[in-house]
Amino acid sequence: MAQLEIRPQPSSFWSYASPVLALLITVLIGVALFVALGKDPVKGLQVFFWEPIKSPYAIGELLVKATPLLIIALGLAVCFRSNVWNIGAEGQFVMGAIAAGGIALLAGKTTGPWIIPAILLAGIMGGMLWAGITALLRDRFNANEILVSLMLVYVADMVLNFLVFGPWKDPNGYNFPQTKTFEAVTQIPRLMQGSRVNIGILLALLGVAGLWLFLFRTYAGFRHEVSGLAPAAARYAGFSSRRALWLALLTSGGAAGLAGALEVAGPIGQLTPYVPAGYGFAAIIVAFVGRLHPVGVVFSAILMSMFYIGGELAQSRLGLPKSITGVFQGLLLFSLLACDTLIAYRLRLAKPITMPVATPPSSDVLKGAE
Amino acid sequence: MDSTALLIAATLSAGTVLAIAALGLLINEKAGIVNLGAEGMMLCAAIAGFATVVHTGNSWLGFAAGMAAGAFLAAVFGVLVIWLNTNQYATGLALSLFGAGFSAFAGIKYVQEKLPEQSQYPIPFLADVPLLGPALFRQHPMVYIAMALTAGLIWFLYRTRAGLVLRSVGESPESAHALGYPVRRIRLAAVVAGGALCGLAGAYVSVVYTPLWVEGMIAGKGWIALALTTFATWRPARVLLGAYLFGGVTMLQFHLQSLGVNVPTQFLSMLPYLATIVVLVLISRNPLWIRVNMPSSIGKPFYPGA
Repeated sequence: MAQLEIRPQPSSFWSYASPVLALLITVLIGVALFVALGKDPVKGLQVFFWEPIKSPYAIGELLVKATPLLIIALGLAVCFRSNVWNIGAEGQFVMGAIAAGGIALLAGKTTGPWIIPAILLAGIMGGMLWAGITALLRDRFNANEILVSLMLVYVADMVLNFLVFGPWKDPNGYNFPQTKTFEAVTQIPRLMQGSRVNIGILLALLGVAGLWLFLFRTYAGFRHEVSGLAPAAARYAGFSSRRALWLALLTSGGAAGLAGALEVAGPIGQLTPYVPAGYGFAAIIVAFVGRLHPVGVVFSAILMSMFYIGGELAQSRLGLPKSITGVFQGLLLFSLLACDTLIAYRLRLAKPITMPVATPPSSDVLKGAE
Repeated sequence: MDSTALLIAATLSAGTVLAIAALGLLINEKAGIVNLGAEGMMLCAAIAGFATVVHTGNSWLGFAAGMAAGAFLAAVFGVLVIWLNTNQYATGLALSLFGAGFSAFAGIKYVQEKLPEQSQYPIPFLADVPLLGPALFRQHPMVYIAMALTAGLIWFLYRTRAGLVLRSVGESPESAHALGYPVRRIRLAAVVAGGALCGLAGAYVSVVYTPLWVEGMIAGKGWIALALTTFATWRPARVLLGAYLFGGVTMLQFHLQSLGVNVPTQFLSMLPYLATIVVLVLISRNPLWIRVNMPSSIGKPFYPGA
């Protein structure tokens, strides 16, 4: 029978191979699902893995969706590395979008281009504020950050709904629950003609470099990492776990807020109840699949973006519901976690070799002990 | 008078959902496993139960389907967490994300469907008592089942040998293992039982509580149930009371609306989530209290023979 055996050292091979194997398993299950639903699996795979990269325009769209995922996942990598479980990035994204939208609504016909940095800053502050609540309650009252951050997602959605159904509703919008379309000057500058890719992708790549430097080239990054890997050692060394908590939550909240700002002032261009698109939750998967590594999350963000675009295409081309994206995202994380077992353990197919043991003490000895 | 009775009745019904799910999660946690996948299991169970009732017209078959769906997903979670030693939080989260996606995917055909007329379950004589009758004795049987379940769980956990073994697995898996108990199989059994109860709660939502299917209709009830186990300091009776308290908060929003309180509906809808946060803060501010009551191996993997 197959058995798991602890490796003397974690396998560095499997820490890279595991995401690949997980993707393979997800694809296999996907093929099985397509067959079971009576769809051509080749077409299915094409829609997910070829269509999103087959033309410059398609690649542009791929990057548009990958940008928020990447930015949020970078923040979450900081968070998860210090063992802080912020799963409310979706709420921080929404709060960032609301704050950014509020600034964008102030802009008039004559506003200068300074409004763009103001919008982005507002988004970051909004996300930080929302994550700061979780940090405060965790720090002061020891309240579980998983549950608090998640509850705040629902609260943020309600705040957004209140604003777009109430005070911020476009008076000329035929009573639709949405704000007016933001002024053109608030539009996040695009990189080139004919594609919706904007400077957000540059900010994201800047974030990649920044995170890499922070984690691997600064003492603060080292302290942060130790507090997650070995809390006791961190305490002994005098590294503050409170500091790590605040840093983790404020960074991830700020990143999610920035993503929200880029989204509303970029592709969406107004606040609607459909701003929360699940990027905050998908980014959790992006962070894990990318091994919480700044470069790794680039690849996983692109992969997850393919899932999103593939899902939309599957709806229009294959007649499958768009929510198939969520199925694949969940499957990917499941398979990844299962495959990650191979990092710390190895599979032994034969029975474990038993070391010769000393003969058990004879009954006389036992009697003598009585 | 009449509206008070209705409010009480609705509170009990809303509390029942949370109570059943939280009791299931309590069983998990007593064995040392935290399943953050409650929301996902409830969503999948909700669509499984709803679809079954649409096709068969029998709500009890719907509950059974919901329990089966919850138990199956919990078993997958359990094998990953218990045998492959994956991180409990991450795996539970994966289950919640998968459940949200899968239920939306599987449920797309059922969005417009309606369920057959529901049966009424008045208890003879008692149902006709003024005030108390409509408040307490015209409930769906599941409301009483949740109460019985609480009593049963108290008896099981604190009055039977099996319950003692379950708790010992959660308090100190090493000791239980040394005594020869199959720790991992006991944990899997607890996880599957917990999943079945979460599934029952999910099916109750889509079959009885709000008889329809909408994507994401569990709306955080799985997460609130998770918070409830902490709030109740892992005591079944307190879980039930806490569930009714939260049921009351949920219903308060509709009651306030009907009283014409001039607050935007969105703020009233926030109440259950804000209440969860407030309660978590109040209960967690005394770390000693939590530490004394919490099963001590909670969240930690167990690797026998290491």
